[in-house]
Amino acid sequence: MSRYAVDLGAPTWEYAPAPEARDLARLDTVPQGRLFIGGAWVEAADGATMPTHSPATEEHLADVAVAGAADVDRAVAAARAAFPAWSALPGRERGKYLFRLARLLQERAREFAVLETIDNGKPIRETRDFDVPTAAAHLFHHAGWADKLDWAGLGPAPRPLGVAGQVIPWNFPLLMLAWKVAPALATGNTVVLKPAETTPLTALRFADLCAQADLPPGVLNIITGAGATGAALVRHPGVDKVAFTGSTAVGKDIQRALAGTGRRLTLELGGKAANIVFADAPLEQAVEGIVDGIFFNQGHVCCAGSRLLVEEPVHDLVVERLRRRMATLRLGDPLDKNTDVGAVNSAAQLARITELAAAGEAEGAERWDTGCALPERGHWFRPTVFTGVSQSSRIAQEEIFGPVLSVLTFRTPEEAVAKANNTPYGLSAGIWTEKGSRILWMADRLRAGVVWANTFNRFDPASPFGGVKESGFGREGGRQGLAAYLSSAPSAGGAA
Amino acid sequence: MDASLVLPVDLDPREAARSAGALTRFLGALPGVDAWGAEKRAATLATRSIKKDAKAFAIDLAIRTMDLTTLEGADTPARVRSLCARAVRPDPTDPEVPSVAAVCVYPDLVPAAVAAVGDSGVLVASVATAFPSGRASLAVKLADTRDAVAAGAHEIDMVIDRGAFLAGDMAKVFDEIVAVKEACGDAHLKVILETGELATYDHVRRASWLALIAGADTIKTSTGKTATNATLPVTLVMLEAVRDFAELTGEARGVKVAGGIRTTKDAVRYLVMVNEVAGPGWLTPDRFRIGASSLLTDLLLQRQKLTSGVYGSADRVPID
Amino acid sequence: MSDRLSVMKTYKLAIGGQFPRSESGRSYEVVAHDGRFLANAARASRKDVRDAVVAARAAQAKWAGATAFNRGQVLYRVAEVLEGRAQQLVDELAALTGDADAAAVEVAATVDRWVWYAGWTDKFAQVAGSVNPVAGPFFNLSAPEPLGVVGIVAPQGSALLGLTSVVAPALVGGNAVVVVASETRPLPAVTLAEVLATSDVPGGVVNVLTGGRDELAPVLAGHLDVDGLDLAGMAGATVDELAALEVLAAEDVTRVLPAPAAEPDWTRVPHGVERIMAWCDVKTVWHPKGT
Repeated sequence: MSRYAVDLGAPTWEYAPAPEARDLARLDTVPQGRLFIGGAWVEAADGATMPTHSPATEEHLADVAVAGAADVDRAVAAARAAFPAWSALPGRERGKYLFRLARLLQERAREFAVLETIDNGKPIRETRDFDVPTAAAHLFHHAGWADKLDWAGLGPAPRPLGVAGQVIPWNFPLLMLAWKVAPALATGNTVVLKPAETTPLTALRFADLCAQADLPPGVLNIITGAGATGAALVRHPGVDKVAFTGSTAVGKDIQRALAGTGRRLTLELGGKAANIVFADAPLEQAVEGIVDGIFFNQGHVCCAGSRLLVEEPVHDLVVERLRRRMATLRLGDPLDKNTDVGAVNSAAQLARITELAAAGEAEGAERWDTGCALPERGHWFRPTVFTGVSQSSRIAQEEIFGPVLSVLTFRTPEEAVAKANNTPYGLSAGIWTEKGSRILWMADRLRAGVVWANTFNRFDPASPFGGVKESGFGREGGRQGLAAYLSSAPSAGGAA
Repeated sequence: MDASLVLPVDLDPREAARSAGALTRFLGALPGVDAWGAEKRAATLATRSIKKDAKAFAIDLAIRTMDLTTLEGADTPARVRSLCARAVRPDPTDPEVPSVAAVCVYPDLVPAAVAAVGDSGVLVASVATAFPSGRASLAVKLADTRDAVAAGAHEIDMVIDRGAFLAGDMAKVFDEIVAVKEACGDAHLKVILETGELATYDHVRRASWLALIAGADTIKTSTGKTATNATLPVTLVMLEAVRDFAELTGEARGVKVAGGIRTTKDAVRYLVMVNEVAGPGWLTPDRFRIGASSLLTDLLLQRQKLTSGVYGSADRVPID
Repeated sequence: MSDRLSVMKTYKLAIGGQFPRSESGRSYEVVAHDGRFLANAARASRKDVRDAVVAARAAQAKWAGATAFNRGQVLYRVAEVLEGRAQQLVDELAALTGDADAAAVEVAATVDRWVWYAGWTDKFAQVAGSVNPVAGPFFNLSAPEPLGVVGIVAPQGSALLGLTSVVAPALVGGNAVVVVASETRPLPAVTLAEVLATSDVPGGVVNVLTGGRDELAPVLAGHLDVDGLDLAGMAGATVDELAALEVLAAEDVTRVLPAPAAEPDWTRVPHGVERIMAWCDVKTVWHPKGT
């Protein structure tokens, strides 16, 4: 019996559905079956189209064009035709176009967020609070570089390379577009960009912004399609620079295809990042960092902290805390503003995650998931943790690209470093400890392009991002990221 | 629950109460708080969108967990009677609106409050221990407390000695809480940490555990009398302490946020945090309180909007 | 002319601080510009490449872990020792090219180039790195880090200055190298290796192989423990030949510095930080700020 005026018994508090308005996406305005080439919407030469679906509901969203070889030719020719004037434009003027694009994106942020969520399956909270604002920030940041390239410290009189062929993945469709397009245009290159097969809609919508910004025709061309379109683009002899973000296997294919051509290449590929938690970590924030590291964007993140390395004395504690926290994750309708975990992007990706998780079980690791209810339609995978994982296990070695965490232990900092580096990848790593000198010692030794200490999965246009080893070469963001689009110096696979 | 699964500290909190050395060891072994990480978590929780039925539930819960407060030098018995009337029946036009949990007044106004709330079930809380600075001798603080309890206060909101805490004299802070708790008798003890003066989240975490070990029934953020009031990340750290304390000892203690909470949106954010950090078991006035004054007006306006569909006017909501 | 018979030098490989013959036992004749016999150089095999990469990998972490100031002193020491061996190198170059004046110029330029790169060790990170003003309370710092092991096909024409111009910048950042010397002019490379061995450069940091370029380059390119590949010595090769090497390199995403169309004049090539940075990746470290 309560001493108080009111007694609620054992309360529970179900949040009512809070869906973002779907019609903001203006799906009816998607240019069906059209490519954006030379500032105009054109059909594919052979009229080919492909459907794009909502991963959360499997409903058909639109039929977009599939660019074939002739269309790639056209797009590259348009970019080539636009290059002389664009590259000769004073940097100040190029910058103003990018500033316009940044502002236009901010003005239409909600529309883009909803469209991205519908097409990709990621939660509206992430598209609204991360993808779209960060994309706008990249455009804004690089806009300011356009007239300051002589001061970027990248050699005297840096010159643009020409036509950039850019192929981007489905996990951050609009953001990857911005990461690629902003530095390329700021440095005076023109672009042919191919968004991913399963997530073409925000890139097509971005073409609207180009029109509103009065961007000269041909400066940015957007062609949709599947793997064959991307392969044709990166192999096109009229392309001077190739930038690719995606799987390591495809990255290697592209590097082979460009072998001997002297064409510049940057690759941002896969990862199998270790998130390393010491016993003296700020525990609550480490748990948040683990959750953010692997369940952000359903784990569809190349730099995801997919391997959790925990110092042995706190293994059970951290796993217990993690499970308790995971139980509060809200999985479901990506348009619901309270959803934390959305849909897996495609049936194919779901199949791969399912297969690797089964392999983890078969290899003797202990599987735990939140047991949350899954929607009946769409592609879903519960946030999952494997404990008792050995270093040799497939789930500790292969990139899963899904909400699946593998937990391993270590006893000493040396062992943590050795295990973290024991992978062909080297994109990112996390360190959690309150001891500053240990952070710096670890950061020196971890073979990764980005090291997050007492945080994880932070991105910023001013901060260079990119991998080492088989996670690729070249950087995106910051002063160093400009180097990938400028010529004034020798460059090893764009590594400079 | 197995203690090793709650904290990376191999000391039982109850053992920590036995000596100054054990207490210091326990507090020193608590994991640190990364400031940005805590603020990020709080900011993310603040994006929860609470609509329709969930919002109606939250509004009534915010009212039910409210310590309707007046702590002004200009307070009078008449003003306190008016406050109490509103506490018992916040919206005279709608009997469905629940009473608040308590009224919170200075010690000399406890008799007026006790008389005014009568047998309504609304409790009377009194600040004590030389509120808000706490800069008085222990004898004075205890006399202050006993005076309020003798006058009928059901709850005592004490302040800790922040000076002693920051000077590292944990034992002094601890002993004072123990002494005030004893002076409270059956009255419920809320211990105000005045987190704005503690300055860091590490201090907030240690002060939270110190107060819980010393016997605080509730730990409270702030007096409302300093520049920094309750904040979401500070509340996050305190809720974590209360949650972990419950897991270690089986005893559920409470958290009270106070100062600067003026809008329904603010209140809902705190309730969301309670729900998702401590758990739904804390969504009761036994375990969570919001100390506020003007908040009630906004809650009632929002409640009227939900029931009528029409945006209201503050002129139509009675003030104290 | 003296009636004393000179002592001829045996030119061997340099692997892991040792000077072994090729494990294959093979050698090949190196002749002067006028065709006279100069020496038998070791004809390295694929197993020698393997051993050299193992030696480089073993030595790299310690070299990278040395302070930048220390690496600078070591590289400057190379210039000092080289200065003392200048005449030997002039003679070797002159015998190979037939131009004694040009040989003297090249050796002097080589010494100066080591001095140039020695001075970069504790400066290039300041030029290439950055403190990044991100939108949040974070310490965020980018700095270059060495790739690890760099495989180098050295210029075929400029046997000493060209060699130095590709090896030294890789060392500045903390890489270890396996270098395939000019096939027809390998002797200065072996002598340079001897200089390095007496200049505090730790064994294994620079491994010099002599032999058939087209035999060794693919082994280096395809080696999975080689992180960077410099094709400077492939100038003039056909697109197909270059493509074949780069395809091998792509197997593990090795960074490749492509071959120039023709061998540059190494006395005139601009030498900034570009070749240092070609063998570095930028690492960015984040940490929140807070109390």
